[in-house]
Order: sequence, then structure tokens, then C-alpha cells
Amino acid sequence: MATMSDAPSESFRLSMLLNDKRYRAYTFQFIALLLLIGFFSYLGVNLVRNLQAAGLNISFGFLGDPAGYDINQRLIEYSKDSTHWRASVVGVLNTLLVAVVGCFFATIIGVVVGVLRLSNNWIVSRLMSVYVEIFRNVPVLIWILIIMAIFIAVLPQPRDFRGANAEASMFLDLFAFTGRGFYMPKPYFAAEWAAGATGWLIVIALLILGFIGSRMIAGNATKIQEATGNRPTTWYWTLGIWFGPLIIAFFVMGLSWDVPALKGFNFQGGIYARNSFIALTFALSIYTAAFIAENVRAGILSVSKGQSEAAASLGLRPNRIMNLVILPQALRVIIPPLISHFLNLTKNSSLAIAVGYMDLTGTLGGITLNQTGRAIESVLLLMAFYLTISLSISAIMNVYNKSISLKER
Amino acid sequence: MSNSDNIVFVRTEMLPELPPPATETGVIKWLRENLFSSVTNSILTLISLYIIYQLLSGFLPWLFGGVWTTSSLKECREVLDGATGGCFSVLTERWNQLLFGFKYPPDQYWRIALAFVLLLIAIAPVLFQKLPRKLMYFTGLFPFIGFWLIWGGTLMTPIVILVGIIAGYIAFTRLEHNSFAMGAAGGILTAAVIIWLGGFVTGSMSGFLALEQVPSRDLGGFMLNLILGVVCVSLSLPIGIALALGRQSDMLIIKWICVVFIEFIRGVPLITLLFVANVVLAYFLPPGTNFDLILRVIIMITMFSSAYIAEVIRGGLAALPKGQYEAADSLGLDYAQSMQLIILPQALKISIPGIVNVAVGLFKDTTLVSVISMFDLVGMIRGPILASTEWNGVYWELWGFAVLLFFVVCYSISKYSQWLEQQLRTDHR
Repeated sequence: MATMSDAPSESFRLSMLLNDKRYRAYTFQFIALLLLIGFFSYLGVNLVRNLQAAGLNISFGFLGDPAGYDINQRLIEYSKDSTHWRASVVGVLNTLLVAVVGCFFATIIGVVVGVLRLSNNWIVSRLMSVYVEIFRNVPVLIWILIIMAIFIAVLPQPRDFRGANAEASMFLDLFAFTGRGFYMPKPYFAAEWAAGATGWLIVIALLILGFIGSRMIAGNATKIQEATGNRPTTWYWTLGIWFGPLIIAFFVMGLSWDVPALKGFNFQGGIYARNSFIALTFALSIYTAAFIAENVRAGILSVSKGQSEAAASLGLRPNRIMNLVILPQALRVIIPPLISHFLNLTKNSSLAIAVGYMDLTGTLGGITLNQTGRAIESVLLLMAFYLTISLSISAIMNVYNKSISLKER
Repeated sequence: MSNSDNIVFVRTEMLPELPPPATETGVIKWLRENLFSSVTNSILTLISLYIIYQLLSGFLPWLFGGVWTTSSLKECREVLDGATGGCFSVLTERWNQLLFGFKYPPDQYWRIALAFVLLLIAIAPVLFQKLPRKLMYFTGLFPFIGFWLIWGGTLMTPIVILVGIIAGYIAFTRLEHNSFAMGAAGGILTAAVIIWLGGFVTGSMSGFLALEQVPSRDLGGFMLNLILGVVCVSLSLPIGIALALGRQSDMLIIKWICVVFIEFIRGVPLITLLFVANVVLAYFLPPGTNFDLILRVIIMITMFSSAYIAEVIRGGLAALPKGQYEAADSLGLDYAQSMQLIILPQALKISIPGIVNVAVGLFKDTTLVSVISMFDLVGMIRGPILASTEWNGVYWELWGFAVLLFFVVCYSISKYSQWLEQQLRTDHR
């Protein structure tokens, strides 16, 4: 009679650490951990010895010392006597400025080019292909330097605007495009109580209210449509709630324009965007736009023709087909790579150092690093900043991807 | 009985076919359909034609009216005498600096040229499956020949390293049947011992087939971009594969090491890593060591691109159906075998377009080394050439040349990748 018995229980042997699948994983991880700890302690010991030999230490105290250098393009108050920390903040804001403006223009150009590339107009689609291929296949650093050179060489200098028979003239008497940079009119509020930031805070608050109000109107219209089947006309209400309060506020606060004017050898007043900023933003925009265009094209092509035909056979009008059927599906394909192109643009903005635009790499990673000799701390802070931006945006992206991913079984 | 007389007219013979109306054939039809199908389209066409005209009317006279034989910008402007034309003489005079940097000994340029030609031969069998497989042996030898040609010194150094690696490989194949890990450990150990022993031989035979030694800081120009691109991409492929497999692993510690490494590298701009190579890395090395900038830069760029390649390959691995992994397991293959024989060949095939994209991007990013004062093509143009008294102010010709070089290389790589995708498409044809 056969009896059932358990498999003979094996006692643990040392060789099982290498040969048994159950234990081998632990051996490998242990070795990896040891190697990692060994590697880092090797680096750490070297660091300590090197720092001792050079009489240095790791300390972020230098950020509190006066910087002693000037930054010619800044969004907040900054002077020579400000601290290195302040200089870094100026740099951070400059980086973000380039990133935001660059992403804005890159998206617009990219979408237009991407759509035109699909046009059935032969010459237009060819022209756009040439643009995309040329810009994608040449390093962005070269584009930045070329555009900077073009700006300096082609645009007139401020002195060309002088005299009765000037070689150059201002555009509409409001804008001046010079080789040193662009001068634009600057809006400000004449009323005393609204001067400075107060006026702009009011404007922002009104815009937010306008957004909420227009959403409420749209919601209300949908409710009526669901109840009666007719959607009330609301566009004038929406327009009114967006712009009515804003226009009244501008009137009350006395909106005025500070127009740049030629005084002596240079323009005074208005908003001044330096040539380095313009060249950098422009180059990054058109470079990234070439990638975004490919992306948009792929997204539109990814929606099969049957989708729009099916929507049309349901009786939807063309603009509703676009809004309700095509765009939601195309955006699913377009947006994730689009965000990664935005991230690339932000990271590429560190090339500002090549044209002398003072972004974070120029202040903290450039002059501060060279003046104080605090290489490790500066580079560490620099990396921490870019890492924070990248990781937070990818975290948002993951949430977004989850929310739009197809819900399957 | 026919009464054809009563009928006024009946045509009895067939008429020849008329040609279609002029507006429905040939060029006119094509123009109508493709350029002027609607008002908007017509406007777009006219705008495009205007843009093309503007571009060409500026570009063509500049290109064909160019001067090729002067020795400075001033002389060139005198020759042009106000006419439109490019001063291409900067290219004819400084081509060697643009391509090879300004310090590489001119009588040794043939070495670079030879290395470049050999590089093309070595890459060919990797790119085109139809070439004889025997050529792959040459591909394996090329890194050693290329190193010897470009940096010079005795041929013994590469030979010793080659012998060490071959011995290591033999040891690996002998030990592999025990386990993959043991084979790898034995192989690396053997190679290290042989190379260490070979060091003594090299020391005593330093005159053997020696070329003039060129220190790495003398490398420059477009050659430097090519060297950095080729070396870093080929080094980062195996590292990227290892990182991608590590990120998929069940072993938590190894997985997290890979995740942290990849996300960290992908989160920072390359330029900060180059700063690390330039000013920070020296702090982390034993006091007194001083290995040269180009090696530090290669390490950093390799880390950078391997993180990106790892993400591409991870995509390929994720795209494989789970059945493939299960099939490998059910055949009784262990991890190394199933990866080598089943998973990686398929995953790598899927990730080829992505890898090529990373490679093109990386090659373009090699221009960033000019920021840390290395004289690659961009560094040469911005530094020694534009700063020289003869050629101060020749922007268009120099940048045009740089654009042309990069465009030719990158565009042909991306065209190759599209062709390869077609070739590898094994599903419905």
C-alpha cells in the first residue's frame, strides 16, 4: 500500500545561497548593496581627504554673502549688494520666464506646423517638412548661437533710430526692435491706490472670477438644454462676464502705457527684453516646435478616419466632431510627449550660458560658482532645482495619464 | 427590312476617344488639386511661394557669388567689392581646424581620416544584415585600432587589452555552464589579471609600432563630436540594457538603485553633468589622480545616454506579451538564457527607433562640451576662428558649415532608422 509523504525537508546548506533560486536573489541584493555602500564610502573618503587637503568644507553659508556682481536682466529687485541666494532666485525666475514663454510659442508654432504638414496643399506641406527636418537634425546650441548672431547683425542699433532721417524707425511708434533687444510699451496704473502690485492683483482676481462665472453660465446652459432640449445663446453673457469688470477696472485704475522713447544713445522706459533673452527664447521655441509638430501630426493621424465618419453619420456638426470625437482621442496621444518636450525645453534653457543670459546656470552655476569656488554646493543646488521641476511635472503627468488611460476590462 | 432612309442621321462609325479637358489632366489638374483647391489653399500657396522666393533670392547669390581663395575677411570683402557673396575662403583656409581642432599635428591627419574610413567599414555589418557576418570580427577589432590611430602610442597597449578581453571571454564560456554569474565573475577576473600582467610587457616594448602620441586635450573640431558620439553611444547600449533589466527586476534593492539612477539622470540637464565632469568629479577621486577631461566627459555623457536608452529599452520590454516570458520559463531556461535567447532579441527590435532617436539626440548634445571650454566644432567656431583677427565677423559661412555637417549626419541616421523599421516589420506585409 502506497503512503503519501511530504517531500523530504531539505536542511539549509550554504551552497543554496548561490544555486537555489529562492535564496540567490538575497545573495545578489546583498552583494549589490555592499558594492554600492563601498562605492559611496570610497567617494566620501576621497571627498573628505580632498577637502582637507584644500582646506575647504561643505557649507551653504556662502549663499548669505553679498554677490558683488550685476545681473542685467531681472524680474525682481536685485543689486550688487544682494546675496548670492538672491542672485540664484533671480536666476530661477529668469529660467522659468524663458521656459514659460518658450513653451507658449513652441506650442503655437508646433501645432500650426503640425496641422499644415498634413495639409493637402503640396507646397505648404513640403515647406513644413523641410522646416521640421532642418531644425530637428541640427543641435539646439548651434541654433541659439546662429539666431543670436542674426539678431546682432541684422537688426538696427539704437543709434540708427536717431535724427530726422533715421535709418530705422519704431514699429507703430510703440515697439522698437534693436540689436540690443526689444523695447515694448509697459502698462501701468495711474491711480495711486492701484499703483504697483495691487492693481495687477485686482486684475488677476477679476480674471479668476471671470473664469468661474463663465463656467457657471455654461453649466446653467447645459442644465437648460437637458431639461428643454434647446441650448440658450450665451456667448454675449460669457463675453460680458470676462471683459466687463476688467474694462471697468482698467478705467477706474487709470490704465496707461509707458512707451519707450529714444533718450541719448538708448531707449528709455517701457519693457526691455534683452537680445540674449529674445534669441534664446526664439531659438528654443522654433527648435522645440519642430518636435511638437511631429507629435501633433502623429496624434491627428492616430485617430482613424472611421471615427469622424461615424460621428458624421450620427449627425454631429463638424465643430462638434472635432471637439467631442477627434480632439479627445488625438490629445491622448499628443499630450504625454508634449509635456516631455516642455521638460526638454526647460532643461535646454540652461544653454542660456552660451549667449550670456543670466538664468540659474548663469548665476549660480556660472558667476557664483567661479567667485566663491563652491563647486560642489553650487552644482548640487543646480541639480536639485532642475530635478524638482522634472520630478514634479512627471508626477503630475502620471496622475494625468492614469486619468485618461482607456478603461478596459 | 431596313428603313434607314427615314431616319435623319445615324452614326455608323465609332468616334475616336477625345483627350480629357485640359483642366483635368497633367500639370494643370495637379496644380488645381494640390495648390489651388480652395481660396485658403491658394493664399497659402502664394505665401509659401513668396517665402521660398525670398529665401532663395537671398541664399543663391550668396552661395554662388562666394569667394573661396582669400586669406582674411578684409581681403575677401575687397574682392567682393560690395557684391553679394559668401566668404567661403574661411572654410578653405580653416577646414583642418574645423574638422580636427587646432592642436592635432597636421602631418598626422591621415590617421584620423583612416580611422574614420575604418569606422564606416566597422559599422557597416552592424547596420546592414546582408553584409557577410565575418566582417563582425573587424567590428570587434575596430575599437583597438581606432584608439591606436587617434591617440597614438605603441600598438602593444591595445593588443594587451584585446588579449585580456579574449582570455576573459574564453574563461566566461568555460564557466558559463555552471551559472551565468560565475562565468561573468571568472571572465572579468581573468581579463583583469592578463591586462595587469600585460602592463609589464607594454612597459618594456614601448617602441613597438609606435605612432606619435597625441594627448586627448589636443583633439577637437568635428572629430571630437564624432568620437564622443560614437564612443558614448556604443558604451551606453550595454549599460542601458543592464539598467532596463535591473529596473524590471524583482529584487527590490537592485530595482531601486536603477530607478533612482535613471530618474536622477533624466531629471537634470546634460550641462550640469558636464559641470560635474569639469569641476566636481576631481573632488571624488583619490588625491593626486588626474585623468583627463575628455575621459571624465565620456563617463558623464555615457551615464546620461544610458539612462535614456534604458527607458527606451524598458518600453520595448514592456511591449512584449507576457506569454513570451512564460514560454521561456516553461522551456526551463534560466534568467540569463531566457533574456539572451528570447526576450532581448525581440525587445531590442522594438526599441530600435527609440535607440536611434536617443543616439541622434546624443550626437547633437555633444556640442555642449564647448560650454566647458572644449574645442569641438562649435567651440572651434566660437573660440579660435571667430576670435582671430582674420576671420572676426564671418558668421553665416561658419555656422552654415556646422549646420550642414550635423544635418547630413543626423538626417542620414534617421533615414536609416526608418529604412530599418521597414526591414524589420515581420508582421503583415
